[in-house]
This record gives sequence, structure tokens and C-alpha cells, in this order.
Amino acid sequence: MKELIKKLVECIGPSGFEHIVRDVIKDEIAPFVDEMHVDALGNLIARKGTRKESGLRVMLSAHMDEIGIIATHIDENGFVRFTTVGGVFPRNCPGGRVRFMNGAQGVIGTERAESADKAYTIEQLFIDVGASSRTDCPVKVGDVAAFDRPMLDLGNRLVAKAMDDRISVAAQIETLRRLKDTPHEVYFVFSVQEEVGLRGATTAAYGVDPDVGIAVDITMTGDTPRGTKMEVALGKGPAIKVRDGRMLSDPRLVKLMVEAAEKAGIPYQMEVLEGGTTDASVIQLTRAGVPSGCVSIPCRYVHSPSEMVDIRDVEHAVRLLLEILSNPILL
Amino acid sequence: MNPNSQPSARPPAVGARQIALLEKLSNACAVSGDESEVRRIVLDELKPVADEIKHDALGNLLVIRKAHVEQPLKVMIVAHMDEVGFMIVDKEEGGLFRFELVGGVSKSHLAGKAVWVGEKHHNGVIGAKAIHLVSPEEQKNPISIENLRIDMGPGGADNARVGDRAAFATSFRRAGPSLIGKALDNRLGVATLIELVKHAPGHIELQAAFTVQEEIGARGAIVAAYALQPDLAIALDSTPAYDLPDWDGQENTRYNTRLGFGPAIYVADAGTISDPRLVSFLTAVAEKYRIPYQIRQPGGGGTDAGVVHRSRGGVPSVSVSIPGRYAHTPAGLCRISDWRHTLALLYHALQDITPSILESERRMP
Repeated sequence: MKELIKKLVECIGPSGFEHIVRDVIKDEIAPFVDEMHVDALGNLIARKGTRKESGLRVMLSAHMDEIGIIATHIDENGFVRFTTVGGVFPRNCPGGRVRFMNGAQGVIGTERAESADKAYTIEQLFIDVGASSRTDCPVKVGDVAAFDRPMLDLGNRLVAKAMDDRISVAAQIETLRRLKDTPHEVYFVFSVQEEVGLRGATTAAYGVDPDVGIAVDITMTGDTPRGTKMEVALGKGPAIKVRDGRMLSDPRLVKLMVEAAEKAGIPYQMEVLEGGTTDASVIQLTRAGVPSGCVSIPCRYVHSPSEMVDIRDVEHAVRLLLEILSNPILL
Repeated sequence: MNPNSQPSARPPAVGARQIALLEKLSNACAVSGDESEVRRIVLDELKPVADEIKHDALGNLLVIRKAHVEQPLKVMIVAHMDEVGFMIVDKEEGGLFRFELVGGVSKSHLAGKAVWVGEKHHNGVIGAKAIHLVSPEEQKNPISIENLRIDMGPGGADNARVGDRAAFATSFRRAGPSLIGKALDNRLGVATLIELVKHAPGHIELQAAFTVQEEIGARGAIVAAYALQPDLAIALDSTPAYDLPDWDGQENTRYNTRLGFGPAIYVADAGTISDPRLVSFLTAVAEKYRIPYQIRQPGGGGTDAGVVHRSRGGVPSVSVSIPGRYAHTPAGLCRISDWRHTLALLYHALQDITPSILESERRMP
């Protein structure tokens, strides 16, 4: 599993440009799916199982995209000005390295600080790709890049960029592979453009038209020094979402997830996330409405180039998803 | 067969007739929610050539040019008819009216500007205290909306009522190679789309959507795209050019677009990440026909594409804008050459597009 995670997190796939990640996923799941296709926006939609009498059409969604940057201007000395794709914090940028889709790499530099206690804005940052003029700059306006870091293996804890949400992509791949017997028609959606506003899941859910929707995404934790106050911690199992900034999970689905975890002896935590949201919030509002929930994988340092997860939480998330999908979903 | 369906190899011109039409469109008032004046002009122009015209529930005008082939590619081009402006919200004594802003108008652009009120374009002015009477303290602060009134004069009290719209009263004019007028955002797009409908090729179904309420959240395009169910979409709009020198002589790095550099093709804005297949198709068309183009600086802002691409199961989309200075102020300025090149780009794109563009998955070429 670590190998799969490494492969996924080290791909470049900022929102709108997920095809490299998608190709990796396709190769991984092809032998295990009944059918798969890519929709108009680039979502990868894979079906496994056919609907039996007690079954439903269930949509799972983990997003392939990651936050990144996009070039807005190349100046006369070859420096690249940029803006963000998704929720990039300027404070996490200086000194960071980026890799463009075309392979060009660079480091983020800063203008002279106006004062020491004032945070940089994105407009004060630039990327130095080693060019010395506009003409020898390998980047042009509109080119997209992701943060560039290899994965760090700390044993149970793994650190990488784009754990949000490749760790859930890995969990969904693993679930898909291990799922043997299900009464449901399960659609594993690997969605696009979540970080810029849940756009891929919006159209994927319309196309799939599910009876039940479950997002698989990361959530924040409250287990770091003087951090956000929050119940969720690394290593204590997947978090069953009750609410986030834009969604109230269907309480029947929450109960079903809790019971599934307890029955199978899987550690779990309850999640109440005050800001942020997941694909589930748009799945829920599709067409005439879809009962929806979310299985979250706890993650520290979200939207930094070094996001940390616990491999045991991932394994337990897979087991929880298998437990949910292997049994009838009675709401 | 419709005689207009035989395309010529040359793109339609931007000549006296087209400029006269833009003048008519620019001088018309169509503040979001009340687009009828512009809609009538579009209807007059396109009734003779359209295969189908639908005036939908929200006021969008959906004009179809059918293909002469089975199961054609359905291409939606969307241009919004509405403009930013004002709405009268309260009548006071002596021809004075309180108003609200409709769409993105800056408070600092208001005081002392003439406006046209209501269907009949009654004259009014957004009053401001003459400089003679302004104290140095007052001078420092912008005037809030609550303290501004549209003044229609002591005899004008009956010329407007609550709910009427008002628009900047700027008459269209030409300035050498440039055009100056109000609402060039997006009458430029409307005028361009009218030409594209008149010169539509026969191998695709062209779905021209002249939409309402873009300036207040792309509301018209939501239902237009739902109804039309296109295979792909192009939003045709006007985007700001801020290609002016920086005050400190440094290189201007945030211009959005530049006048004279041709149509602005979008890679990403706040509402849409353009389909890379369509971006590379448009840039290839531009290069093939030697049409200048620019990539709009990625960042904020948005077009109707933001809602169109999320319609139903998803619609591959891109935006193309004609650059214009001073958008959403009383007077914008654009270059005729940028307009001509935008028309040429989209004309050739429609001629050359085939269903094969969607055969491969969304990915960078």
C-alpha cells in the first residue's frame, strides 16, 4: 500500500489537470472493475458489482486533484509570477519547490519584505526557474504546476504533498480491489476539480445518479501543539463525518457507519469539522437529493507541501468501506 | 437550403455595418433582469437566418442554426446581453430617487455621472455636491451609496418608479482605431455572436445563447445550458485590459489582458478551468490562420462558462474575450482589431471543429 501511495502522491495533478493521476489509477484498477469511463470533465468513473435485490446504487468519491499554482506573467528577467489553484497559503510558499506539467522545475522566491511582521501575499511571490530572460524561460502564461516533494516514510506516519486527497484515492483503489461480494452497484468515482469548488463531483453525481453518496477525503486534526481544537487525532481510526462547513451527513448513514465499525471491531472517531467540505456536499444536492456522508482520513498540516497521515487509519478506512459496501444499506 | 449556410473561406468583416450594430447595442440599456431592449435588437438581426429561436422563461434568447448532417456536434456559444447598472428603490421629493447597484459597479465611479432611466431612457444624473461646497474633510472619504441620489430634475418625478433600471448615459463613439462606449462588456460579445450565427457552418449545430443576468451571478446561463445540452461550449465575453504603465516605472505584471494583442483565451479564472482540449484547439486555429491571440492572465473573474461547464453531466468549456479597458465604468474602450480577430478566430474555429475533438479524454495535448 505504501508503494501505491508513493506513486499517487508523487504525481502532478493540480485541479483541471488530473490526467497523469488518472492514468495511474486506471492501470491499478483495470483488472478489478466491471466497467469504467471518463466523463466530460475528466472524472474517472468505475463500476463494480451489479445491483441485487437488497442493493443500491452507491457512489464513492475521492478527488484526484491537488492544490497548485498557475503562471500569470513571465517578466523580462524570466521570473514567473503566479496565482493559486485551490487553497494555497502564501505562508507555505517561500522556499518551496514546484514542478510544472511540462517538467520545468523552480523555487519560490519573495520580494523584499515591507515589514517583518507582515505576511506575504501571493502577488509578492515569484518562481525562479533558472531562466534569465523571457525568451529562455521554459514556462509560459497559463502553465500549471504542483508543489514538488518526495514522500517521506516515518513508519506508521507518512508525509507528502497531495495526501489530500491521494490518500483517499489509494483507499478507494484498495477497497475496489478487495471488494468481493456486494449487493450494490458501486461506482468508484475519482473526481476532478474538488479543490476549486467540488466541480467534478457535481457533474459525476449527476451522471451516476446514485441512491447513496459517500465521499472519501481527508479531515483536519486537533492533536498538534496549540493547534485547532478538534476531537480527531492521527492513528485513532477513520473519522465518520457528522458535519462540516457545507454539509450535514445523513444521520441514518452516520449510524450505519458507526454500527458497521463496531460490528467489525474497527477503530473510528466522530468528526465535526467547522470549516471546509468534501465532494459529499454536492452529491447530496444532486437532482432530487442523495443521502450522503463521508469517511475521512485524519491528516495534519493540510494544504501544506508536507501533509501527514497514519497508514493504520488508511487501512482501517478501507476495512470500514468494505464493511459498509458488503452489506445491505438500509436507510 | 438556407443561402447563408454556405460559408466563405474568409471570416466576416468588422466594417461600417457591424460597427453601426455595435453602436445600437451599446446605446441600448439592458441592466441585469431587464434585457428586452438588447434582446429585440438580436431578434431583429437573427430572425431571418435562425432555424429555431426560443425565448426562455428567464429571458434568454436561444438561437439555433441546424446542421446538414446527422447527429452533429452541438456547439454552444454563450454571450450575455445584460450590463451593470442601477435599480431605483425609493422615490423622494422633487425628482430625486434612491438607487441600488446592479452587478459590479464601483462606488467611486458614481458621483456626477449622467444616467438613462427606464425603458424610455429618461435623463438623470447621480448628484454630487459641487466642489465649491465640499469641506476638506468630506473630500477624503468616498461617498456612500446611501448618500447618493439619481436626480431627474424637479419636473422629472413622474419619469421613473421603484423597480426601474438605470444605466450609464454614454453615447457610443469611435476614436480612430478604437471604440468608446458603455456596456462594451458584453455588447462586443453579442455583436460577435450575431455575426457567427449569420455565418454558421453546416456541419455542426450552432447553439447561440444570448443570456440574461450574467453580471449578478451567471443566472441565465444556468438554465440555457440545461435546456440546450451542448457537447461543448464557448463563452464569448469582454474582459478588462489594464495594460497601463505602473506608477513606479516597474514592469506591469498584472494587466489581465492587453489591447491590440487579439482575442484573450482563458486557461483558468475563478469560475472555470478551461478544457485543455479546447484551449489547444483555439490556439492551433489562431496559429493556422495567423490570427494574433493572448492568454488571459489566470486568476479571478468569471464568465458564463462557470455555470455551463457544470451543467448536468458536464460540458467541456472555454472562454474567449475581447479585451476592453475600463469595464463596468461609464465608458469602456476597445480596439476594432481585437474585435475583428476574435470574430475571425471563432469563425475559423467553428469551420474547423469536428467531433474528434472530444474523442480523447480531457487531457493536455
